[in-house]
Amino acid sequence: MDSVFNIDIREHIPNNPLLYQPPSYDSLLYRRKSSTIGSKRRSSSRGRFGSLNSVKSGGSTIKRQDDIEKSLLEERPVRELAKSMKEKRAVRDQRSLKAQDLSDWGQWRQNTRRCLKRLKDNAEDRLSSLKLWRSDIRQIEARFGTGILSYFSFLRFLVVLNLVIFLLMFCFIMLPIIIIPYTSANITQNDQDHGSVCSVYPSSTRLGLVIFHEHITDLLSGGGFLEQTYLFYGFYKVDKIQYPNGTYNLALAYLLATIAYLLVSLIWIVKRSATGFKQNLVKDEDSFQCFCNKIFAGWDFCITNEKVADLKRSSLLYELRTDLEEERIKQEKAKRTRKDKCQIYSLRLVLNVFVMVVLAACFYSIYLATTFSQEQQRKQVKVNFIMDLIHEYLPSIVITLANFLTPLLFSVIINFEDYSPAFEIRFTLIRCVFMRLTSIGVLLFSLWSQITNCGEEPCLCGYNTALYSCWETRVGQEMYKLTVFDFIIIVAVTILVEFPRKLIVTYWKSGLSDWWGEQEFAIPQNVLEIVYGQTICWIGAFYCPVLPAICTIKYFLIFYVKKLSLIQNCRPSTRPFRASSSNFFFLGVLLIGLSLACVPVTVSVAQINSSRACGPFVNYNTSWEALTASVMELPHGAQTFLYALSSEAFAVSFFVVSCLAMFYVIALAGAHKRVISQLKDQLVMGGRDKHFLILKLLQAQRLSQAQPRASGSKSRSRGSPSYHTSFNSDFPEGLLLVHPVPNSSTQV
Amino acid sequence: MGTTASQLDKGMLSEYQELTFLTKQEILLAYKRFSELLPKEETNGISYRIPMNAILELPELKTNPFNERICKVFSTSDSHDGSLNFDDFLDLLSAFSDSATLEIKSHYAFRIFDFDDDGTLGRQDLEKLVNCLTGGTGDTSLTPDEMKQLIDNILEESDIDKDGTVNLSEFQHVISRSPDFVSSFKIVL
Repeated sequence: MDSVFNIDIREHIPNNPLLYQPPSYDSLLYRRKSSTIGSKRRSSSRGRFGSLNSVKSGGSTIKRQDDIEKSLLEERPVRELAKSMKEKRAVRDQRSLKAQDLSDWGQWRQNTRRCLKRLKDNAEDRLSSLKLWRSDIRQIEARFGTGILSYFSFLRFLVVLNLVIFLLMFCFIMLPIIIIPYTSANITQNDQDHGSVCSVYPSSTRLGLVIFHEHITDLLSGGGFLEQTYLFYGFYKVDKIQYPNGTYNLALAYLLATIAYLLVSLIWIVKRSATGFKQNLVKDEDSFQCFCNKIFAGWDFCITNEKVADLKRSSLLYELRTDLEEERIKQEKAKRTRKDKCQIYSLRLVLNVFVMVVLAACFYSIYLATTFSQEQQRKQVKVNFIMDLIHEYLPSIVITLANFLTPLLFSVIINFEDYSPAFEIRFTLIRCVFMRLTSIGVLLFSLWSQITNCGEEPCLCGYNTALYSCWETRVGQEMYKLTVFDFIIIVAVTILVEFPRKLIVTYWKSGLSDWWGEQEFAIPQNVLEIVYGQTICWIGAFYCPVLPAICTIKYFLIFYVKKLSLIQNCRPSTRPFRASSSNFFFLGVLLIGLSLACVPVTVSVAQINSSRACGPFVNYNTSWEALTASVMELPHGAQTFLYALSSEAFAVSFFVVSCLAMFYVIALAGAHKRVISQLKDQLVMGGRDKHFLILKLLQAQRLSQAQPRASGSKSRSRGSPSYHTSFNSDFPEGLLLVHPVPNSSTQV
Repeated sequence: MGTTASQLDKGMLSEYQELTFLTKQEILLAYKRFSELLPKEETNGISYRIPMNAILELPELKTNPFNERICKVFSTSDSHDGSLNFDDFLDLLSAFSDSATLEIKSHYAFRIFDFDDDGTLGRQDLEKLVNCLTGGTGDTSLTPDEMKQLIDNILEESDIDKDGTVNLSEFQHVISRSPDFVSSFKIVL
């Protein structure tokens, strides 16, 4: 039995187009509606029988016309055929000849279709030329390849996203207030506890002679003259606005705009990552097809620079060598003894504990810095200008320092943990992401503990009025400070660190410059930077509605700064970042940032009592109550519907249904995987069958040629009856032994 | 763009738009670049065949390790010397453009990688391919052992019917699972 299938494939088999079409191929082509071969067959058969058909009369011609129409409309456009221009012209002329057989109605349809298509193409062309930064990005792509390009297109996406969020906040929150003087409208603010301690909001504008540097302090910290402006939550002390036409509930609008911008961001990011996600979910990219991907799709055809091409070659070589080594390591690892494994695992455990300790220390220092900074601001102790600024910015400074030192530490530690190279990169990245995003959380947590902590007794107004008469504005100020500081640091590092490095490495050849090397554009770190900024924007937009606009301008400027830095200072990195996986990585980290941003916003909206002295929620206990109060005013039917939606019964049943749907889809995917592997086995078997049959045929033919002709073909039937006689009579000999023209064999 | 654009009239422009994936701007730009490569005395740009070594002077193709193969694949000249006329040049740009379908790209990629033009990617083809990608000279190439291991891995991943070569269908199957291919197989003037 085995001898049937153990074929020596290295034996020379003449080339034959038959071999390269698996049995299912023809049926696949037939099933495809708009296949080339199908339409070719149809059009060629029509060509052959055209004259005959034109003789037929009546009903059959009408039916044939419908068929022609259908086939022409279903046919693939000419440009999708893989032929030379001359051949494409011939096909198109053939088709237009057929189209002339059509009725007037059919021709008119064809022409309109063509016109519409041309209009659509032109419109798409114009729209794409309006895209922001198109030529800059193309320039970068040509010089640095598609990996770095994905970073810049990600930056462009964030600019547009922030602009949209700002427009949302502007239209629904700021615009109604701005147009009040122009329409005769009244503001209703019911100050219920007029004169109570909670609604006291001391003005923070500086009185008297203001020294210039205090203006700078105010600008950088969001205090002083900036505090009671559109910039912060505290300014919007408006509950409802009575326009001549109706009432506009600003409090409700504020809350809904917040929810809306979070939802819009979520939907947009998920939509954008949909394609990348599908492909990454097919299989773990690293183990599946990694070699084929690197060899067939490895070269970036966009590269035009000689130096970059050399670098690409060496990086590909490095990648291939690393992968081959990884494979060898994997094989060796499988042979590891138990003792080795225990050693490795215990070492990993120790190092992970060490990492946790380091992280905890960082978080504690952030907490300390925040409390110290808040105390100093409260005490209003003015030492001098610089010290004041440092006290204001202490949390930002500590966070930036921690974010700078911990990645270095992680990259050192990972060397001892003995993971595979690909996993090393991923794990370090995960740790850095965790570090960056959690530091914001710690900052907010320490702020929250300060706000809701009134010493031993419970707070009078639900929050610490003595320290924070308007705590939302204070939180908004912290977010504003973080944003400004982030931007300053990015620009400062580019100017003060990267430019000198480039100068030193280029002009002063020494051991130091050799060791330090030229700056590499490290994509992961840069992406983490801007995701960090975006998370702050999402959290801060509730407390500081103008923050998205500030972030738009910030990212706009960062694009040019980074582009300049890239072109002047950097060389492409030796470890290339794959374009597809990078898209998924960027958007994945952004989603983590978004989900992290939702937590503080939700807690402060639903849990912490809103300020009594400022903001639109003066009349409510918590910000969420604005929504519940409006729901009470709805008609009874809508109310019961909404209550039903938020009840436990609905939530539980929704959860159960979505779990069932998920299990079903997982089971379906598993079944598909099994079918795929079965089909693969079938293909392998089919290929082997063909080889076996053709070998047998060759043997048989050789035998018949070796024997003298006198015996004739009939007597050969003794050896292998069915193959020999049937093949000899049915198939022309020339079919298998003639070499086909090379070009035709690749035509599909 | 004065005199050159007038040689490319509206009818031809719309024909090229129909037969390729290029937009009007791209076709005009291609004509401009093509005319720059023409010798001075040649007035009829469309039908003249530019020899391969002149095409390879284009910055987009100069640094490409597959530049000669690309010219040979798209050339429709009878002597198979890699010379391109304007139609072939547009075919080239169309296959490498942003809006070309995956099928077109994978078809032409297969033909480009098929160094011996036998319709399949055999071991020699794959070896030449790897050497093109990595530099291929002495220090910069893989050792014979590494090469063998690499090609064994490639064939294991892509050769479905286990005949030792990668044919067009298998190649297109692998490419359809490869997320980077479309974005890297692109040339823009």
